[in-house]
Amino acid sequence: MAPILQLDGLTRRFGGVTAVDALSLIVNEGELVSIIGPNGAGKTTVFNLVTGLDAPDAGTVTFAGRDVTGLPPEQIAALGFARTFQHGRVFGNLSVLDNVLVGAHTRLSAVRPQWPVIGPVGELALALVRPGSVKAEEAALRAEAMDILALFGERLTPRVNNPAFSLSYANRRRLEIARALALEPRVLFLDEPTAGMNPTETAEMLEIIRGLKGQFTILLIEHKLDLVMQLSDRVIVMEDGAKIAEGLPQAVAADPAVIAAYLGSREVGTIHEDAS
Amino acid sequence: MTSSLGPWFDYTVNGLVVGNIYALLAVGLALIYGVSHLINFAHGSVYMAGAYIGWLCITYLGTPLPVTLAAVVVGCGIIGLLIERVALRPLQSAPRIAPLLATIGVGLVLDQVAQLLFTPDPRGLPLQLPAWRIQIGGGTIGALDLLIAGIGLFSALLLYVFLRFTKLGWAVRATALDRDAAQQCGVDVNRVNSTVFAIAAALGGVSGFLVGMYYNSIDPNMGFQAGLKGIIAQMIGGMGNVPGAIAGSLLLGLTESYGIAVFGTSYRNLFAFVVMLLVLVLKPNGIFSRGRALPAEPLTGTFIAPSAPVRVPPMLVAALAIIALALPLVVRNGYVLQTLGIGWLYAVLAISLTLVAGTAGMISLGQAGLLAIGAYASGLLAINLHWPIAATVVAAGFITAILGTLIIFPAFRLRGHYVTIATLGVGEIVTLTILNWDSLTRGPVGLSGIPPLSAFGRPLISGTWIYEIALGALIILALTQWRLLSSHLGRTLRAIRDDDVAARSYGIALDRYKGLAFAVAGFTAGIAGALMAHIFSYVNHETFTSQASLLALTMVILGGLGNVAGAILGAVALVSLPELFRAAADYRMLIYGIVLLLLIRFRPQGLLGTV
Repeated sequence: MAPILQLDGLTRRFGGVTAVDALSLIVNEGELVSIIGPNGAGKTTVFNLVTGLDAPDAGTVTFAGRDVTGLPPEQIAALGFARTFQHGRVFGNLSVLDNVLVGAHTRLSAVRPQWPVIGPVGELALALVRPGSVKAEEAALRAEAMDILALFGERLTPRVNNPAFSLSYANRRRLEIARALALEPRVLFLDEPTAGMNPTETAEMLEIIRGLKGQFTILLIEHKLDLVMQLSDRVIVMEDGAKIAEGLPQAVAADPAVIAAYLGSREVGTIHEDAS
Repeated sequence: MTSSLGPWFDYTVNGLVVGNIYALLAVGLALIYGVSHLINFAHGSVYMAGAYIGWLCITYLGTPLPVTLAAVVVGCGIIGLLIERVALRPLQSAPRIAPLLATIGVGLVLDQVAQLLFTPDPRGLPLQLPAWRIQIGGGTIGALDLLIAGIGLFSALLLYVFLRFTKLGWAVRATALDRDAAQQCGVDVNRVNSTVFAIAAALGGVSGFLVGMYYNSIDPNMGFQAGLKGIIAQMIGGMGNVPGAIAGSLLLGLTESYGIAVFGTSYRNLFAFVVMLLVLVLKPNGIFSRGRALPAEPLTGTFIAPSAPVRVPPMLVAALAIIALALPLVVRNGYVLQTLGIGWLYAVLAISLTLVAGTAGMISLGQAGLLAIGAYASGLLAINLHWPIAATVVAAGFITAILGTLIIFPAFRLRGHYVTIATLGVGEIVTLTILNWDSLTRGPVGLSGIPPLSAFGRPLISGTWIYEIALGALIILALTQWRLLSSHLGRTLRAIRDDDVAARSYGIALDRYKGLAFAVAGFTAGIAGALMAHIFSYVNHETFTSQASLLALTMVILGGLGNVAGAILGAVALVSLPELFRAAADYRMLIYGIVLLLLIRFRPQGLLGTV
């Protein structure tokens, strides 16, 4: 089976620093692949390069056999890439529900006709006139958004009409994932979904990601190695922009190069003890 | 040979002198931008203040030149300290839009205070130098040219020594590199800010004083254009880049001087704005910049203050609309009705601005340009093609939508403060195009004999008709906008405003939706401008000034960004009520400025809240 996502020799330099150094990797359909590595290893830069927020200096990104290197983020999103952001980028003044609906933006078709040249004018007219098809599409998306929010139990559902800035930090992280799911992603990029969460919240998030696994192809950046070990089909370890190890979770955890990268020395403890 | 080159020598000297003057402004702006990432829109007003301080000293105290210069430096330095301490320091933890608006408000207040103290009329600023000129080749250099060049060089040297060799200078540079890190290392960031504002204001004031002597004329509004030029000059050089600001200033001065030589003086200001747009489009980080930078990740919408809108019951809105429509049954005075009608048209302008500034987050200061396009489009169609007025007004809406979107398009890729400066420039370009395109717009003469509002050949010139037509247009356009906001376009535009990076990552093409926002706003403002043209019967390039843009922005802030009802409330409060009570016309702009400053400080989300 051809990989759904393939990176070849992806490189990004910032001044004298090579943030991502000739990184190659493949992700197969339905897999959950984790990228781990110390802070500054270039993990988020990889996400930025693949999702179009930054352009690589060298290398290619191939999605389902198509070269998508350097496409702008809005076109990448339309292909079916959805991502969350490391520090959280919810739309603060939008309600929780509207945040999720913006996530479904690429799926709007009745109100966004693909007419050449006058497409935007058509979109404006349809948004103002609102024929039945547009209303039905909006209603269906709203219902679906409520279903997505229900994935998080009672965390978000009671707050659908509250502005996102009023949410707790953990709830914003959840909302980011809900927004990403609304895109119906073909590849879901999760950038540290449990950052800043306590152990209970982390365990809850673990179950949610476990539920998503299989339904979606997922690329996960995460520091909590416990979670990575439990969820990943494969793990990729980065250090200083380069891939230093790749393989099954247990194999990677035992890799001396990985232990050295994390701990700086081979003498200290195991990864599991360090992560807990 | 020399005789044909002589004028060019003069143009070069003139360009360098003017460039030096811009440099004195731009260096201060670059320092301020460096330490606080703020474009100081009040800088032009400090420049004006410098000219007046010089004038006061010479006229009333008869001071010699060195003393006058010292007085200007000290006086403007104090003004700079006050601006930083009173208007900006309290906003340090406010969203980034707040200091931007505060500097706009401070500029307005300073200009108005000067106008009240010294009258709007220009005054001569006597030259305190011998009038000799040195012949060089076919051209000449005067004592004042040399003085300006000397002050420019001396200031640059002084600044270099300060930044390079003094402890406070190091602190300034450290703060510019990384404010938080500097603060943690014990740098007193507030002291750095005060110092930078004082230095910038002193340099700006000297610049204004020198210009006053150079042209032997000063007036309270002289700072507006100059401040813009300074901002453009440092934009050319790269925001916050001090040597870049000097180079950008000299380039701008020379471009203007040569441009005037080739095209004529009425084009003077056009060059700067065209250069600015070119730089913004081609090299948004300045002509000396290399590479691209990814904007930092904000937590949540950090440009606009988070707030929840006040819920206004629809029944209340409907009731108020009916009362407003029925007002002519009670008020019979035609003049009052016409005045209130124009107030409603300002409300139309305000809702158009609240869409782009509030909903889409592009704080535009070029909205008056859209009014002007609408007014000229409708007026010209009626005068030249004899179209019925109903058709010309609607056509003006569409023309403004298209033209407005096209000319603001270069600003779409900009964010935050850059948008404001670019749209301000676009507004000026509209004015200057109207002034210079004689064959179409009749140039400085203006457009007279615009036919009054009419329907089916019957003129509708009574106050009641003007009132009802304006209010009717407002109601229709406001309902349309409200419907737009409740569609997917509303949340899409607000998503762009809150976080354009995240919006793009979810498939939102920024240009498309910003374009739609400006098209709708252009249509709305174009209708307002068109109706105004038929009510006024005469318009020229000065009918719709940047003061109207500022006024509209104040209404929008007062009502709450993106809030349609708030924008209308803002217009009623700022235009209709003062008109009605004939409240102190002279003080009105000053009051607007103070209202703006107080709002930003104490109720940044406006009366009805950000939507």
